[in-house]
Amino acid sequence: MENKTELPQIVEIKQIVTETPDIKTFYFDYHLESKPGQFVMLWLPGVDEVPMSVALDTNNQFALTIYARGDATKKICKLKEGDKLGIRGPYGTMFNYKEGEHLALVGGGYGTPPLYFLTHEALKKECKIDFLIGAHTKEKLLYLKTLQGLEGVNLHIATTDGSLGEKGHITDNLENFLQENKPDRIMTCGPELLMKKVGEIGDKLNIQTQISVERYMKCGFGVCGQCTLDPLGIRTCVSGPVMSSKVLNMLDEFGQYTRDAQGKKQYFNNPNKK
Amino acid sequence: MANLKVKYLGTAFANPTVLASGVTGVTASTWKSVVRSGAGGITTKSIWLNEHKGHPNPTIITTEHWMMNAVGLPDAGLNKAVEEIAEYEKDKPAPLIASIVGGNEEEFIKIAEKMATLPIDILEINISCPNVEDEFGLPFACVATDAKRITQAVKKVAGNKPVVIKLSPNVTRITEIAEACAQGGADGFCLINTLGPGLYINLELRMPVLANKVGGISGPAIKPLAVKMVHDVYKATGLPIIGTGGVTTGKDALEMMMAGATLVGMGSAVYYRGIDVFRKVANEISEWCDKNGVKNVEEIIGTVKM
Repeated sequence: MENKTELPQIVEIKQIVTETPDIKTFYFDYHLESKPGQFVMLWLPGVDEVPMSVALDTNNQFALTIYARGDATKKICKLKEGDKLGIRGPYGTMFNYKEGEHLALVGGGYGTPPLYFLTHEALKKECKIDFLIGAHTKEKLLYLKTLQGLEGVNLHIATTDGSLGEKGHITDNLENFLQENKPDRIMTCGPELLMKKVGEIGDKLNIQTQISVERYMKCGFGVCGQCTLDPLGIRTCVSGPVMSSKVLNMLDEFGQYTRDAQGKKQYFNNPNKK
Repeated sequence: MANLKVKYLGTAFANPTVLASGVTGVTASTWKSVVRSGAGGITTKSIWLNEHKGHPNPTIITTEHWMMNAVGLPDAGLNKAVEEIAEYEKDKPAPLIASIVGGNEEEFIKIAEKMATLPIDILEINISCPNVEDEFGLPFACVATDAKRITQAVKKVAGNKPVVIKLSPNVTRITEIAEACAQGGADGFCLINTLGPGLYINLELRMPVLANKVGGISGPAIKPLAVKMVHDVYKATGLPIIGTGGVTTGKDALEMMMAGATLVGMGSAVYYRGIDVFRKVANEISEWCDKNGVKNVEEIIGTVKM
C-alpha cells in the first residue's frame, strides 16, 4: 500500500505583505510542490483549518493570499512574521495549458490568487497572457504593481465604481474582447456567478474554459463528503477545484447553490440568505 | 464468475460492499455516485432530528495505518434527510440504509417514526459515535441496559423497517451489549464503530491536531479487532451483520464474511484506495471465489473454523 499521510506540517511565517486593507499575503519557506489551481488546508491551531488557494510557489517558498473574512482568516491576518501555522496538501486539480499558448485569465474580486500563481508559471512556458481583473474599487485590486511589471502580461481592469480602468463589470465587454483576441484557453476564479458567466461566454465562443470552484470543505482529500456537487455527486476537493466548464455544465448546482457545514443548501440568489 | 449477490434482512444487494456511515454520504447525489463506483448499498451519514453542528477543523487526519476523525456528526436534520431520500428514490440504484442518531430516546423515536414512512430499506441506529461524548456523555452502546432500551424504543415505531444496531468496540464485552440489543428486538448489527477515542499530538506545538482533541480511529490498523468482534457477535446472537472496520481489500472483506458478516462496510477505504474501492473490492472478492470454487459468495458467511 502506498505510504500515505494527511497530517499538518508546521510552517513559520517568513514575510507578510499587506495587499489591501483586508487582504495579506503570507510567505513560507517550505517545499510545497504545488501547481497553479491547487490548494492547501491551512490550520490555525486552536481555531480552525480552512482550504486556501496557493498564490505562489517558487520551489523553496510558497505564498498564500488571505482575505480576513471568517473567524480563522481574520485571526490569521492578525499574525506576525515568525508565528506558526499548520499546512496539509497540496490538494486538488490544477489549471492545464501548453507551452506558448495564449491564455485569458479572468479574476473577480479576491479570486485572483491562483491566477497570479498561474501567470508566473505560464510565463516560464512562454505563454501570452491577457489578465482581466474586476473589483468593486481600485483598492480591492490585488497584485497590481507586480502584474503591471511583468513582461508578456496584458492587464485589463474594470471597477464597478470606475476608480480604475473601465467602469463596470469585467464580464461586460468580455465576449467582444475574447472574440477579437481569440485566446487558446480561459481560466477564471472569483465569485461563482461571475465564473458561471465566463463559462457561458467561453462555451459560446468555443474556447476551452477552466473554472476554480469553491465549496465548504473539511478534509480536502475526498472523505468528508462536504464538497460534493449535485447532481453527479463528485467531490470538489478531488475532481476540482479547477474544472472544465463542460463538466460544470452538468452540475446544476453550480451558480445556483452551495452547501453549508451541515450539508444544507444555501442559494446564491436567496433574498432571505444570511 | 461467482455470484456476489447477498440478501440482508430481506433486501437484495448486488454485492456485499456498502458505504459505511460518515464517509461522504451527505447528499443523494453522492450516494448515487458511490453506487456508480461499485457499492452494493449505501449507508447515509447519521441523521439527526434537528440541525446539529459538527466540530471545527481539523476533523480528519490519517497515516498509512489509521485514520482518526472527530467530525462530530454534522447534519442539517430530518427535513433535509427526507428531501435527500426522496431525491435518491427517483432513480434508486441500490438499497439505502438510513443511519440515525439522537441525544436521547425521544429523539431516536421521533426520527425512527418518520423513517418508517420513507423509502429506505434498513434503519441503522448509531448509538456508538465516540466523538460527541462531551455533548452527550457515554454512548448508549457502552451500557447494555441503555443499548437495549434504545433498541426497544426504536423497534416499537420502526414499522416494517429492519433495525440494525451499530455497536461500539469500546466496551469490555461486546457480546453482552449485542445480546441485550437482541433481547430488545434488534434485527441485525453493524460493527464496529470507530475505536477509542485516540489522541494524536503534534510535537512541535505540543498539542493535539484534532480540534476536538480526541477522535475515533478507523483504517487498516483496526481490522483484526473488527473481525474478532464480528465473529464474537455473530456467534453469540446469530443475527446478520454488516462487518465494518479497516476493510480495504477483497481479502479483508472475505475475512469479515468468514467471521460472520453478510455485508461489508467500507469508509476509510475511500481514502486509501479511492472512491472506486467498492468496485475494486467486489472484483477481488469475485476473483478469490472463482479461484476457490465458491459459486455464491453467501456460502462463506460464518464459515471460519475456530
